[in-house]
Amino acid sequence: MTETQTAHLPASPPAPGNHSRVPSLLLRALRKTFADVVAVDGLDLEVNCGECFGLLGPNGAGKTTTIEICEGLTDPDAGQVQLLGLDWRAAASQLRQRIGVQLQETQFPDKLTVEETLRLFRSFFHHGIPVEESIRTAQLEEKRNSRVGTLSGGQKQRLAMACALVGDPELLFLDEPTTGLDPQARRHLWDLVDALKQAGRTIILTTHYMEEAERLCDRVAIMDHGRIIALGTPQQLIASVGAEHIVEFAVSGHESAAPAAAHGIVDADLLLRIPGVQSHRVDAGLHQLSVSELHTAVPRIFAALTGQGLHLSEFRTHSATLEDVFVGLTGRNLRDE
Amino acid sequence: MNKLRLSSLYQLTVIRFFLIVREPEAIFWIFVFPILLAVGLGIAFRNRPADVLPVGATTTQLTQALAADKGLSATTLDEAAGTHALATGNILLLAIQNPHGVTYQFDDTNPDARIARMLVDRDIQAAAGQREAIPARNQFVHETGSRYIDFVVPGLLGMNLMGSAMWGLGFAIVEARQKKLLKRLVASPMPRWQYLLSFILSRLAMLVIEVVAFLGFARLVFAVPFRGPLVQLAFLCVLTSLCFSALGLLVASRARTMEAASGLMNLVMLPMWILSGVFFSASRFPAAIQPLVRALPLTAAIDAMRGNMLQGMSLGQLATPVAILAAWLVLAFAVSLRIFRWR
Repeated sequence: MTETQTAHLPASPPAPGNHSRVPSLLLRALRKTFADVVAVDGLDLEVNCGECFGLLGPNGAGKTTTIEICEGLTDPDAGQVQLLGLDWRAAASQLRQRIGVQLQETQFPDKLTVEETLRLFRSFFHHGIPVEESIRTAQLEEKRNSRVGTLSGGQKQRLAMACALVGDPELLFLDEPTTGLDPQARRHLWDLVDALKQAGRTIILTTHYMEEAERLCDRVAIMDHGRIIALGTPQQLIASVGAEHIVEFAVSGHESAAPAAAHGIVDADLLLRIPGVQSHRVDAGLHQLSVSELHTAVPRIFAALTGQGLHLSEFRTHSATLEDVFVGLTGRNLRDE
Repeated sequence: MNKLRLSSLYQLTVIRFFLIVREPEAIFWIFVFPILLAVGLGIAFRNRPADVLPVGATTTQLTQALAADKGLSATTLDEAAGTHALATGNILLLAIQNPHGVTYQFDDTNPDARIARMLVDRDIQAAAGQREAIPARNQFVHETGSRYIDFVVPGLLGMNLMGSAMWGLGFAIVEARQKKLLKRLVASPMPRWQYLLSFILSRLAMLVIEVVAFLGFARLVFAVPFRGPLVQLAFLCVLTSLCFSALGLLVASRARTMEAASGLMNLVMLPMWILSGVFFSASRFPAAIQPLVRALPLTAAIDAMRGNMLQGMSLGQLATPVAILAAWLVLAFAVSLRIFRWR
């Protein structure tokens, strides 16, 4: 099956000017196993030029393994990897010149300054942007002569980003760029990625933050257990939940009510019969409904619960997010992992 | 200059150098510690004038016969007091006048006492009129090069080159691996051979400073001799440093944590600290383990440096230790390149 899918791919690097036609990244039937853990389990993916693409999933979903295979750091057990129409085995040194990489947990030497670190990374690339420009882009002007050891978490992450940018890459990989940052530093980094996106760079990032993927990515692939379980724009994925709104509530029973209601047991069928209610699930006593017509459905939900002799102890609604997509697809919360 | 600054090998080397000099502890261990050690040992083992041996005699005539000898200090004691002084170690020998001649009381297992016996007997015989059958005369030789400090300086130099090369290379690489920096560098287009070469180049630059500072100090303060060609000594230092850099690389080639690396380093270096003759001659070890002792790179390095500095031997005469060092260099380097883990 893989063979027929890949048969149309150019075997040699495409002519210049043809670049935008070639997907920036192409993965076919990718597999990687560590000991007895299947990290990547038959993955197919295409990322187009100029796209900001997000790999989303809980820890251990295989995001990092996938991105490290793309970066040429890990060899896949099986499958095909093409970046910018090139193969790692045939054109590794050319690819290294053309991609920018930011890894999880890289600690740059504490005793070097920001500028020295960037000068070092710049020296590896034949072509690239001036070190000064990378400092400006990462908004580290005031820190250029500071030692890396004195930087905050957000500044270190922006330095890592600047190191990925000095080679003026055609394809930029960011592996969990905001993990461990406080909300302000995270927003700061989002602005930076936004600016890179506006400049037309192709970006592939992994994250386990839903709001990050929604905010930054043109398209998102949701990964779980080494597979892509959903793929599309954030809007498409959210629409796939079947409703734009999520209603969450918890109940406690009336003493005077029927025995079932006294134990707080909700008749889900009654709720599902309400127009606009698409689905129902219970997680640790908290009921979740996906609802399309919030304004008409909510009064009926109240009525149905009261009719069952139930008393609401909690009630809230929010717009559906990628988190809800993940929950809908897997029955698990992303951050439970 | 600008082109040079853009070259990745230059950047890697300069940054290595920065990282070394910005680490105050490293500066202490590389530059200050060996000098302190040399000063301490130089003071502890400085050559003192020959000891004056205390002796006793039972008559004033005997004491007078001994008084002229600078190697002896003689006191007149009666026999009971003399025996007591002998037993308590206050004198080494008691000369007792008796009707038939003189009796010497001393412990013949004590070398100093045996020397005292010879000196005392010579003086007493001379006072009694004995003449030397053959005229003899003394000429004293206090030559530099035969002192302990002369012996220990090449040893300390070798030990220091071993430590700085192994720690310098091994620790920095394992730290980079542990902090995922190595992985990040490999993800960039950095040529991998340049990364390793930058360590060697910065090591050689440090080597110049380190060796000149240490040997300069030894020369100025202790007047340690340099009898062999200095160029050849420099070659030996470079070869030694490269050899231990290769061993450091080998130790660092797979270790994932600093703790593992420290353990391995000590495992490699400890036998050499003990066996390689830094502080005393390696030939004191039993013949059975001599082949092992001789095969150690630090033994070879120190032998070659002592040969050059103290005996003025040329490289041709030092072919064996040089070959041992070269063999370790090639072997360790080849193996570590083969098994090196970049992530």
